[in-house]
Amino acid sequence: MFTAINRRSLQQFLLPFQIRFQSTLVRAEHHNNQLTPIAITAASKVGGEITCLEAGTNCAMVADQISKVQGVKKILVAQHDCYKGLLPGDFWKDESPFILGWDIFKQFNFTHFCAGASAFGKNLLPRLSAKLDVATLSDITEVKSQDTFVRTIYAGNALATVKCNEKVKVFTVRGTSFELAAVAGGRAATEQVASPSPVGMSEWLEQSLTKSYRPELTSAKVVVSGGRGLKSGENFKLLYDLTDKMGAAVGDTRAAVDAGYVPNDMQVGQTGKIVAPVKNPFAIMLAQLKTVVLIKEAIKLAFFRLVEYLEHQH
Amino acid sequence: ENTKIRVKPDHSGVVTDGVKHSMNPFCEIAVEEAVKLKEKKLIKEVVAVSCGPTQVTETIRTALAMGCDRGIHVEVSGKDYEAMGPLQISKIFAALAKKEEASLIILGKQAIDDDCNQTGQMTAALLDWPQGTFASEVTIDGEKVKVVREIDGGLETIKISMPAVLTADLRLNTPRYATLPNIMKAKKKKIANMKPADLGVDMVSRVEVLRVDEPPTRLAGVKVETVDDLVAKLRANGTI
Repeated sequence: MFTAINRRSLQQFLLPFQIRFQSTLVRAEHHNNQLTPIAITAASKVGGEITCLEAGTNCAMVADQISKVQGVKKILVAQHDCYKGLLPGDFWKDESPFILGWDIFKQFNFTHFCAGASAFGKNLLPRLSAKLDVATLSDITEVKSQDTFVRTIYAGNALATVKCNEKVKVFTVRGTSFELAAVAGGRAATEQVASPSPVGMSEWLEQSLTKSYRPELTSAKVVVSGGRGLKSGENFKLLYDLTDKMGAAVGDTRAAVDAGYVPNDMQVGQTGKIVAPVKNPFAIMLAQLKTVVLIKEAIKLAFFRLVEYLEHQH
Repeated sequence: ENTKIRVKPDHSGVVTDGVKHSMNPFCEIAVEEAVKLKEKKLIKEVVAVSCGPTQVTETIRTALAMGCDRGIHVEVSGKDYEAMGPLQISKIFAALAKKEEASLIILGKQAIDDDCNQTGQMTAALLDWPQGTFASEVTIDGEKVKVVREIDGGLETIKISMPAVLTADLRLNTPRYATLPNIMKAKKKKIANMKPADLGVDMVSRVEVLRVDEPPTRLAGVKVETVDDLVAKLRANGTI
């Protein structure tokens, strides 16, 4: 006696055993048309498919870069003049907010949503998270599995391993904890998506950025940080000379910022940019910083000589 | 601020017994900003809210001593308090904002224990209000608020309509010390008590902390005497 197993009964049989595969939406970010792919690496550690969402006033160049990143399957691009400044509040009205991928989210059944823990990502992701009624894990430093992550607490004085049982895992990624995704070998398809009109609650007026050709602080391979001991803005020039030779980024402590030696966006530490979470830079250092060099005495002399030395080498 | 953080031997968390609890520094800045706006006669009343066990009433009294008009203590204790995170708190704030018909919610940008930096953004989302986060300067202009925000690479200025949520960054202001006369006056100000259930808020959390560890200790340092040595060492370990 034969029992016919047709496709439908087979599907019904398999239903309980279907594993929901991971599918991550990454909110891609860029500065001045340069892609900063810190979240894509973390997404690849979650496993499964990666789709990037890019929204802005002129996305072509960045979308092109993202398409080359290995591991990205698809890019969703929303380009519109109304995205100047990319304010999260503006696109939230009932169920229509798009800039955070809300519509896309429901359409594609993503299991994870992440972005870099930049001012942009931190401003944005908790908003989507609250709409989805799920928690956000901020500033993760490690992906242990698709539902378990590590993040620092108490300004880096402790590490918490956290399990997220939410239906969608939303998290922001600390840039210095992951390698930058290689922009090579990928061939993602690009899809244009429609953008809703702005609601008009928020208006972007202007930005005043410190122009720098140096690497961005949160993703630099080497950071040279100066504190109040440098005593003046002029001495910071020594730091700049040194870092130019090394191809490093410049950071400084809150004390130096408050004393007016340098602008606030270069502050490192708990409440500035997290280069590596330190409460007292000379007391607690984490493994994210691969090498720490402390120059305690004769700072000026040491820097001068190091700069001279590096000058001779090039 | 200088308390040494110690991880519990069983790795279940950080030792908090016997540690002095005080207002989160960013929240102090938020309170200060609200009080300044009231002193400029731009807002009518400032209500200080805190969620947690009995001890938080002390924090609310401090806010009242700084100039807030009245307080609300939302009681959360035990397991609910341990598991309480930005999502739960934002639901409470959103419910309160509607109940109190608030036009502005000002919070600190993050708590220095969990370092989440989410509550303000989540509260704004639940209310569908615009948000001005990491504010270093706030100016009320009619029905709108001009906010200068600290972002990567510098500052950004936005204008948002009220009602709105603002989160305070470090440079927004320098909080005042409560004077003794104001501390005395604060004792007479009212603090209302309520529970999350009274606001229709479910405190369930779907995030669990599996363990807490010390950060990995750094290997012993190497002392070098000359710049040549330093460069050689940095070369050797691939830094330069």
